[in-house]
Amino acid sequence: MTELQIWTYAVVGLSFALYFYIAFKAQAGSTSEFYVAGGGVHPIANGMATAADWMSAASFISMAGIIAFKGYDASVYLMGWTGGYVLMAMLLAPYLRKFGKFTVPEFVGDRYYSKTARIVAVICLVIISLTYVVGQMKGVGVTFSRFLGVSMEVGLVVGMVIVFFYSAFGGMKGITYTQIAQYVVLIFAYTIPAVFISLQLTGNPLPQLGLGSQLADGSNMYLLDKLDQVVTELGFKSYTDKHDSTINLFFLTMTLMIGTAGLPHVIIRFFTVPKVADARSSAGWALIFIAILYTTAPAIGAMARLNLMNTVQIGPVGAADGNLVIEERPQWMKNWEATKLIAFTDKNGDGRLQYYNDGALSKAQADFAAAEKALADATDKTKAQAAFDKAQAALDKANTDAAASKFAGYGWKGNEMTKVDNDIMVLANPEIAKLPNWVIALVAAGGIAAALSTAAGLLLAIASAISHDLMKGIFTPNISEKTELMASRIAITIAILLAGYMGLNPPGFAAEVVALAFGLAASSIFPVLMMGIFSKRVNNYGAVLGMLAGIGTTLVYIFWFKGWFFVKGTEMAANVPANWFLGISPEAFGTVGALVNFAVAIIVSRMTAPPPAHIQELVESVRIPRGAGTAIAH
Amino acid sequence: MKDDMSAYWSANVRLLTVCLVIWFLVSFVFGIFLVEPLNAIKLGGYKLGFWLAQQGSIYTFVILIFFYAWRMGQIDRKFDVHEQ
Repeated sequence: MTELQIWTYAVVGLSFALYFYIAFKAQAGSTSEFYVAGGGVHPIANGMATAADWMSAASFISMAGIIAFKGYDASVYLMGWTGGYVLMAMLLAPYLRKFGKFTVPEFVGDRYYSKTARIVAVICLVIISLTYVVGQMKGVGVTFSRFLGVSMEVGLVVGMVIVFFYSAFGGMKGITYTQIAQYVVLIFAYTIPAVFISLQLTGNPLPQLGLGSQLADGSNMYLLDKLDQVVTELGFKSYTDKHDSTINLFFLTMTLMIGTAGLPHVIIRFFTVPKVADARSSAGWALIFIAILYTTAPAIGAMARLNLMNTVQIGPVGAADGNLVIEERPQWMKNWEATKLIAFTDKNGDGRLQYYNDGALSKAQADFAAAEKALADATDKTKAQAAFDKAQAALDKANTDAAASKFAGYGWKGNEMTKVDNDIMVLANPEIAKLPNWVIALVAAGGIAAALSTAAGLLLAIASAISHDLMKGIFTPNISEKTELMASRIAITIAILLAGYMGLNPPGFAAEVVALAFGLAASSIFPVLMMGIFSKRVNNYGAVLGMLAGIGTTLVYIFWFKGWFFVKGTEMAANVPANWFLGISPEAFGTVGALVNFAVAIIVSRMTAPPPAHIQELVESVRIPRGAGTAIAH
Repeated sequence: MKDDMSAYWSANVRLLTVCLVIWFLVSFVFGIFLVEPLNAIKLGGYKLGFWLAQQGSIYTFVILIFFYAWRMGQIDRKFDVHEQ
């Protein structure tokens, strides 16, 4: 076992011991404790738990890498995943807290006096949450396998057992206090390497300021100017400029914002605070804790990209000794080659690495190699030959184009860094910056904390929808509190097993469905909740038809470009901007779905009878803070 | 009483409209639609449009939520609907 592995076992093991201790101390004894932690969580504590709940393996591991490679265009994720809290704090959280029940479908069912509406909301909630939780389970497995040298399956099972302990026994109470601990672990794990790297590059310890500072290498150049210069010299798109289309940036940001505000596992966190006023301020605290990570991420992205470029391009572009000698590559590259997150081939045989944008050349080379191999293995030679000829023609064209570029003059024959995974940027960052082993171990613990905290919140949302909305609310209303508590523990166990199974055997479309989850939350749950508070006129028919129309439109649009139920070959049109409606990508379409939801709900409600008087009074009462008790069952 | 309640609700809607206009301006208008002209202005080593999209908008969101929570607290007390 290496020194790093000993450190990692120690740090990850300690963090697990802490989660177990909290689970032991915070057992839920009633449904109120199980669903909403007894309603007594301080707004700052709830803000911290919400931050851990919200920030998933994707925020922790992948986001900085996406920023590193997309630059300004990745701003959609930064604004989209934080701006939703403004909507949540002003349009949803305080009123739902005043309503004072346990789940999101419960509000939908009561406000629209319709069991159908409640069931539709449960279905949306389960699809959204289950999609997310599969990604988290995979994140746990991947982090384990990279840092601890165990197989992904073992890592995933360990993760499942830990989540089971504190969520099934502690419910929301156990999850809340564990999430607070997990936030502390993940935020230190994220910011400590960033501070060191910012100090190394700019001399400024605050990454948020370092990103806008001059480099400490004596050149007096601003970091971002240097980065723009380095990447454009090598043919990549400039870092700080806009390249994506304005309309798509707009719709994607809006979809992520209203999708965030409509995510049930985040909304239920605001049911745990004592007062309506606390729900408002708690959203602010949550966003502060989230912003610490989200304002650090752009600095990590830019600095890691600069470090990566400088590692490969050690001298002037085009100079004979300007590139890294492969034999002398740093240890971190060797470590990460084993995981296949980094791969290279010496195409021009000069013993040095070239990392640049070669246009279509790399892709044509890879396609040609695949077609050549397919032809050799093929039984149906005519079909394979046709594919081979096509690949050959593409490669010839790419070669002709590449010969005309300045890079051909340097003797470069294609980009040799054939694979640099997004996730490298956070996971390998401490190694690139030559930080001590305990920092690397901390990053592993942070990645696991981010994944576990989000998984627990999602599992609770699923379990409460099944035990409280479906069983207690609709099918078996006469069960006692004790039976309901038992049912919710069984529901959470089943949800964990299902998530674990899907994490081990991910359906081929797992990654694609994540886009669907945001679109669904944006087009179904957010509009129905907002209209339930801000309109007294929207009725049961409007709500049900609005939700179905919103989800339906979004689903059909996604399936149109990605295949019906994601089955390859059933796409109705190629997924390219020229075919998109107004240039809106499927990932960004949730906003349009939300608009359809609003329009259908309002028009249908106008044509049918208004809600009864007691529902209008219910709306009046959720608008006023006074009289909010702790969240109760009925 | 009924009139008071509708006055309270319009005060809330007015306040959140102002907040959401700022929310929209900072992120969508400055961060996306006008990012290119704003990038001509420099804020230290940051281009202004880029800074707003990756840093400034997030700080603004935080301030907006706390401002809303504080102002609503005042409005709650003015209309005597705050929690005891």
